Amino acid sequence: MHDGVIAWLRAAADRVHAEAASLTALDQAIGDGDHGINLDRGFAAIVAMLDERPAPEDGTANATATADLLRQAGKTLISKVGGASGPLYGTAFLRGAGAIGAATDPSSGAAFVAALEAAAGGISALGKSAEGEKTMLDALFPAARAARAALDGGGSIVDVTGAARDAAAAGAAATIPMLATKGRASYLGERSVGHQDPGATSATLLLTVLAETAAAGSSDAAAATA
Amino acid sequence: MAANAPSHAMKKLINKVDDLVPESLAGLQAAHPDLVRIDTEQNNVIRKDAPKQGKVGLISGGGSGHEPMHGGYVGMGMLDAACAGNVFTSPVPDQMEAATRAVDGGKGVLHIVKNYTGDVLNFEMAAELVAGEIEVASVVTNDDVAVQDSLYTAGRRGVGVTVLLEKIVGARAEAGAPLADVKATAEKVNGQGRSMGLALTSCIVPAAGTPTFDIGDDEVEVGIGIHGEPGRRREKLAPVDDMAEWLVTPIVQDLGLKGGETVLAFVNGMGGTPLIELYTAFNSVNKILGGQNIKIGRSLVGNYITSLEMAGFSVTLLKLDDELTKLWDAPVHTPALRWGV
Repeated sequence: MHDGVIAWLRAAADRVHAEAASLTALDQAIGDGDHGINLDRGFAAIVAMLDERPAPEDGTANATATADLLRQAGKTLISKVGGASGPLYGTAFLRGAGAIGAATDPSSGAAFVAALEAAAGGISALGKSAEGEKTMLDALFPAARAARAALDGGGSIVDVTGAARDAAAAGAAATIPMLATKGRASYLGERSVGHQDPGATSATLLLTVLAETAAAGSSDAAAATA
Repeated sequence: MAANAPSHAMKKLINKVDDLVPESLAGLQAAHPDLVRIDTEQNNVIRKDAPKQGKVGLISGGGSGHEPMHGGYVGMGMLDAACAGNVFTSPVPDQMEAATRAVDGGKGVLHIVKNYTGDVLNFEMAAELVAGEIEVASVVTNDDVAVQDSLYTAGRRGVGVTVLLEKIVGARAEAGAPLADVKATAEKVNGQGRSMGLALTSCIVPAAGTPTFDIGDDEVEVGIGIHGEPGRRREKLAPVDDMAEWLVTPIVQDLGLKGGETVLAFVNGMGGTPLIELYTAFNSVNKILGGQNIKIGRSLVGNYITSLEMAGFSVTLLKLDDELTKLWDAPVHTPALRWGV
């Protein structure tokens, strides 16, 4: 799990960088045109943090170490991103870290689902926002529900993260006809309708990379066992 | 990053996009070494003689691109520190924490926050970081009548009133008032002031390199904020008398202003509109208010809370009484506002 989280964060930084311009373009339509720029700066800082971080000693790459890594990533986002997305994503990582730290097996699907639920709940509490208001929660809450259902159905970590990704993507697409009632897009009133929410889009991007990382980790493990 | 590539649409006085904010702050310090110093680690503008013992510290902050707000208002009789974020992006809690510690003179610190989700969240986190060590109060400005204040928006934005509030509350703090009184004056100013703005052109966020919104040669965006976020409606370009009416009427209605009352009238440029036009707009505002027997007791005209190079203007009206008038007239010495000294 520990290596998996590092792989996810690095891959997410690459994808955020590649998609920064398109995220910013979405934000220009209904926000203030900086979402991709800010997230790119935050994830670049996470990569710098990972580069400087000493490798955990043998046997310490457990739930505590993984939680600590996510907590540092969250603090980095809060310190570097600014805007609303810095505190919101940062809090999501801090809450996720708490759930992972409490998990018996941090690499299990159950730990991921608990972390995703905690992350979405943290954003909702801090932003005083709920589903249906055209925010990142419109990707994250459906993702958490789908992941929980996949887990309850006996799905593997690949199944569970894949379900989260698919539900997030559908949730992000469903923000297009929504009227924004929170965040800067709410100032537009009816004119916010017809645009996909940048926050829901970036949340989907992070979950997409997570599902890819889980799938790659699983095929690595299969290759190692074979 | 592709968004950093030079664009034919962007012509700005910049070395490197990433250096714009720190180099602008360095220039502010070089031009006004007697008034401010810069915390270069944090991109904070600090009053030269801070912390002032026995005085409530006043801090504001927000995204850059609104100059002279807020760094230009640091100095005697106004702010003790201003936190500069990236262009149109709220600063982060670390900056606000450092500024709070730098200006605490033992009587507590007031955070002046414009009502944008990011600014509010980051200032809340900063207040938590010093909880138990420094007494922090906050006031959130939300004076923009273009936005419905309802469950269905993030609430009204903080715009022009913020400038007036920083001046008036700065005078109160300079006179040695305790934190609770300083905060009460801040709430009073916010409660008695309203604003609305319009744009003739968009602006270009340097890191994006392209205009934030498209607008036709004959169009006006009415009800804009200060971040290039589009307004609530589009109108055809009209005589300035008409455009002033679009802004003044909703403010007068919202404030419930009646004949015989006195206001501070503030006509603010968005950054790309010359003073000849701003004074023309003030003339229009004066005629409209005069027609309703509303008296202009004090005035302010110029570029004070801007959106980069956006053309356009906003109107702010603040109901005046003797207390607020006296505090407005009190001496101030900052890079952008100076009188009485």
